Amino acid sequence: MAWRIEVGLKDGVRDARGERVRREIAEHLGIHLDNVRTIDVYTVDANLNRKQIEAAAEGPFSDPVIQRVSIDRPLAEDFDMLIEVGFRPGVTDNVGRTAKEALRYLLGRTLTDEEGVYTSIQYLLRGRIDGKLAEHIASGFLGNSLIQRWEIVPSGEFDRSKGVPVSVPRVISNSLPKVKHIDLNVSDDELMRISREGVLALNLEEMRTIQNFASNPDTIRARKTVGLGDKLTDVELEALAQTWSEHCKHKIFAARIDYDDGRGNREIIDSLFKTFIVGATRTIRQEMGAQDFCLSVFKDNAGVIRFNDDWSLVFKVETHNSPSALDPYGGALTGIVGVNRDPFGTGMGARLLFNTDVFCFASPFYDQPLPPRLLHPRRIFEGVVEGVEHGGNKSGVPTVNGSIVFDRRFAGKPLVYCGTAALMPALLHGRPGHEKKALVGDRIVMVGGRIGKDGIHGATFSSEELHEGSPVTAVQIGDPITQKRMFDFLLIARDRGLYHSITDNGAGGLSSSVGEMAEDTGGFEMHLDRAPLKYPGLQPWEILISEAQERMTVAVPPKHVDEFIALAAEMDVEATDLGQFTDSGYYHCLYNGRTVCYLPMEFVHDGVPQLALKARWEDRGHREPEFAQPEDPGAVLLALLGRLNICSKESVVRRYDHEVQGGTVLKPLVGVANDGPADAAMIRPLPDSFEGIVVAHGICPRYSDIDTYHMMACAIDEGLRNYVAVGGDINHVAGLDNFCWCDPVQSERTPDGEYKAAQLVRANKALYDYCVAFGVPLISGKDSMKNDYQIGDTKISIPPTVLFSVIGKTEDLRKGVTMDVKRPGDLVYLLGETRDELGGSEYYDMLGHLGARVPEVDAATALHRYRTLNTAQQQGLVASCHDLSDGGLAVALAEKAFAGGFGIDADLRNVAAEEGLREDTLLFSESQSRLLVTVSPVHQSAFEALFSGQCCSLIGEVRADRELLITGLNGELLIRSTIDDLKEAWQAPLREM
Amino acid sequence: MSKQVKAIVIAGNGTNCERETAHALALAGTDLVHIVHISELLGGRVQLSDYHFLNLAGGFLDGDDLGSAKAGANRLLHAPIAGSGEHLSDHLRRFIEDGKLIMGVCNGFQLMVKMGLLPALNGEFRQQATLTFNDNGRFEDRWVYLRTDSQSPCVFTRGLDGIYLPVRHGEGKLVTGSPRILHDLEARHLSVLKYSTAEYVPTMDYPANPNGSSAAIAGLCDESGRLFGLMPHPEAYVHRTQHPRWTREPDLPEEGMGLWLYQNAVRFIRQELL
Repeated sequence: MAWRIEVGLKDGVRDARGERVRREIAEHLGIHLDNVRTIDVYTVDANLNRKQIEAAAEGPFSDPVIQRVSIDRPLAEDFDMLIEVGFRPGVTDNVGRTAKEALRYLLGRTLTDEEGVYTSIQYLLRGRIDGKLAEHIASGFLGNSLIQRWEIVPSGEFDRSKGVPVSVPRVISNSLPKVKHIDLNVSDDELMRISREGVLALNLEEMRTIQNFASNPDTIRARKTVGLGDKLTDVELEALAQTWSEHCKHKIFAARIDYDDGRGNREIIDSLFKTFIVGATRTIRQEMGAQDFCLSVFKDNAGVIRFNDDWSLVFKVETHNSPSALDPYGGALTGIVGVNRDPFGTGMGARLLFNTDVFCFASPFYDQPLPPRLLHPRRIFEGVVEGVEHGGNKSGVPTVNGSIVFDRRFAGKPLVYCGTAALMPALLHGRPGHEKKALVGDRIVMVGGRIGKDGIHGATFSSEELHEGSPVTAVQIGDPITQKRMFDFLLIARDRGLYHSITDNGAGGLSSSVGEMAEDTGGFEMHLDRAPLKYPGLQPWEILISEAQERMTVAVPPKHVDEFIALAAEMDVEATDLGQFTDSGYYHCLYNGRTVCYLPMEFVHDGVPQLALKARWEDRGHREPEFAQPEDPGAVLLALLGRLNICSKESVVRRYDHEVQGGTVLKPLVGVANDGPADAAMIRPLPDSFEGIVVAHGICPRYSDIDTYHMMACAIDEGLRNYVAVGGDINHVAGLDNFCWCDPVQSERTPDGEYKAAQLVRANKALYDYCVAFGVPLISGKDSMKNDYQIGDTKISIPPTVLFSVIGKTEDLRKGVTMDVKRPGDLVYLLGETRDELGGSEYYDMLGHLGARVPEVDAATALHRYRTLNTAQQQGLVASCHDLSDGGLAVALAEKAFAGGFGIDADLRNVAAEEGLREDTLLFSESQSRLLVTVSPVHQSAFEALFSGQCCSLIGEVRADRELLITGLNGELLIRSTIDDLKEAWQAPLREM
Repeated sequence: MSKQVKAIVIAGNGTNCERETAHALALAGTDLVHIVHISELLGGRVQLSDYHFLNLAGGFLDGDDLGSAKAGANRLLHAPIAGSGEHLSDHLRRFIEDGKLIMGVCNGFQLMVKMGLLPALNGEFRQQATLTFNDNGRFEDRWVYLRTDSQSPCVFTRGLDGIYLPVRHGEGKLVTGSPRILHDLEARHLSVLKYSTAEYVPTMDYPANPNGSSAAIAGLCDESGRLFGLMPHPEAYVHRTQHPRWTREPDLPEEGMGLWLYQNAVRFIRQELL
């Protein structure tokens, strides 16, 4: 029978969670309640006696100092409305899982698979509230109907003796495993119906390719030998759809593109990926020659570069956009714990060092009506931040770098970029740590979590736009603790040499991980019925492609299997032998001994036809706006500092543990009050060495509205300039590109597809040009190409966005530099030229303009500057350094001043600039490659000598008081403000988030 | 036992700070530092009694899913040691009776409080206080000033007036089971660390006091002074480059203030236990 344990707070104990919920209901929904209190509910569906359940209730499930408990009797009283929110059957319930484990220690026995503990939270609301409003609160804030269900009970209808009835959200399934056979010998319309209704996301040409394969006599003959008929099974079709998905196969980046530059020039591009991304890295590595620090690029789950003789550095950045749109918390949590597995599953495995997070949202203060199925941007903001907070903090991985970009179009699809870096031994058991190879005969061992229906069709779903029928199974909730245990175990197994290869189970699940690892040997044989399940009732195809989290696939030589599995069991980690790697040439799955999938490896991996795309660039007639200079540039500066893209993100940064592991030497918040905006993070990964890792990023989607070529160039430059600002070595830095695009395939639904494809081509051309010019190899990346929302007549496409992440090293982290001014009397230098480049700027955007003159990057000049800056930093000449980006010079001056606690005196007449610029252009232009540096007067001549012949202007001095003074072109004071007012304007907007 | 200071750091199930804790211990002069996965202790292959200094490091034991460190406390109290008929809690009790040292940091402090190891007033190892949600309901990472109590029996804070360390927690507010317990903690000088202003004056004001803890308490010891726990992270400040303002404070010493706590522990062990 099921017991219901309720845990509430004793009288007089502050309910911080309830208070937070009350506050957030007011902020999110505008509903002001008098009071919210909370009760934790454990529904224990297990064979226990009264004494045992009492021991559990009073033991692990409650805190005797502040809580009271009851069993099968309600605690709720003194409320107007009760809302109890629990999970739907099958949804990951981490607290329930931990509670079940706690019972094991208490009872001295392991609970059976049929037994379980399920949790829910009861919210007791007081205030003027009716059933309709309660439903609004439940669906609009407390719960998410995709993963949760709730019960609403008004005070008058509450049964005070029985309370909320016991309900056990156990998955009950009577469905027996069954393999369907699909007839593909049908019309084109029918083929497309099969693709659409099955969420296969395959186009007609791909369906026809599969149709031809199935009807080929050789195929039919081969299938007979394993007892299969001439129709493909659902397992096979799902395996192909998953492997061939845009998400896994990157078909758009691999497409053959017919590009027209709009000026009469046409060219054929055979794969953007090979031409521009792999191509750039190949060119750069050749040029670096013996200095090449790349170790493993593009072929593994993450890129690997050299750190020093003993250690290699691993980095990967992923996106998790579509799931985060549906369930922001679960989507982002899964995003972070998911990207953790990429570096962990690179080479022979790597220890995680830090995370990075970049989000793109619509304004949390969005006040327009929302189209159906979209969550309010504020809810997405809160959920994503909390998901990343839990994922990173609980995993013990510091979140050291990130940003949040706002644009109203991200209401259609938020972008959630999550990155993870890791460190691996350069040599492991005498072989390079970044290499791995499964051997014929190795066992296929799945480690970690169990398989459920969660995440089914995640890969194919994220290859489509968000639509009415987007599957709810695409939503998952990560479980950091199960993963942490698995990582603890796998690092020991790695160091003992118990396996040959490792990879993660992400998109596509076993199908992808085993299928790819089997390319080492040329085949595999896997028994799907042996996979451990969260609950019964999964079909064989679901087991194969489920993206249930926290799982790795490992190739274990037969002689180590027993030791491997025993070590796992001892460390509370599940490891299961599912079959073996073969050289049969076949992707072979069985269920209860019968073959259910038998596909040639070659067809699975190389059979997908190349997509053909047309791309046509066009002049969209952008113009510079004409308007008078603002009369009060000081007021403009205050307004800019309060813009969402510029203002302080401290409330978010503090929620991330950014210094666990003890290595974060340059933190995200710097300055005299620990609250200034750092340009980049510096990490000390090895306690016995002062070598440091530097990580930074660039992202500027606003420029895409003018030209994606310059957007890409600016993102690269921004990443590098943040990186060098703190002291990163410009000669030892690698890049990662993460493209998030709107659908660039021309169709009825996307009539401007050719233009979007041309935008993609131009961004890629810039990626090649600037990476080569800066000498920065690309080591990994990812693309997410369907960031559109389309329901009914409403279509929202995100602005083309590329996150350019950079990672590299510094030989001596004690030479690190922060952005805050340090001492009165220090000289303020501006490095780089200011030009008439306000197109796509924050300034123009605030005034309602787009403009035409988007910033352009002069890579050769910039590279020379960055190298010289490195030298100045190494010589200890630089007191502070800050990059200029959104809001230009004025914003950078203000940030430097208030972060350091001293004013600045600056004179626009000394700013090196193009002829004839207006003062507002000098103040707010976003010309690239510029940095503001402060230098002690003692070092003036040495510093100026280093930069002689370069664009380096002495524009002012750090003051002893708290005033920012900027002198205009006619010698009169243009801006006068205290740093306290500037800081307040900068901190206010998101302070309470 | 040879004349070596031996420390153990327990790992596993969501402990996150074991490596930097081990590093701090080594820097402080511990001769032998072992990071031991709890399965080694429960498997009976590693004996707690072989060490002088037990470190319960920060992290999220079992995700703090039942409340911070609750499930972890349940495990340490009830998990049997293979083939011995004993529980880990029996070994812990003997470790304490032998006069050895235990330090719990953050999640380790929560664990000690919820197991009843702290404050253990009158030598009673039952839960007398708790650490619960910060008043603002949020996890926060920020640096705090901590005032020490010079009259405390605590062996870890001997000779210290104040230290500066980061807190990184969502459940750090200390609440006692009764006003009497709080009174006794104060009267017996067991509330050895208090959240303070930069001038080292204890405060209840946010954010200097990040969680609203009773009497601004950030750390506790037992009456022997040998069991000690604190929410802030001493292992996160053992070198000057970990200080948030090291780039603007050239006079900061190489050694971080957190290291002092470990050095005191090692000194005590050399004097009293070897």
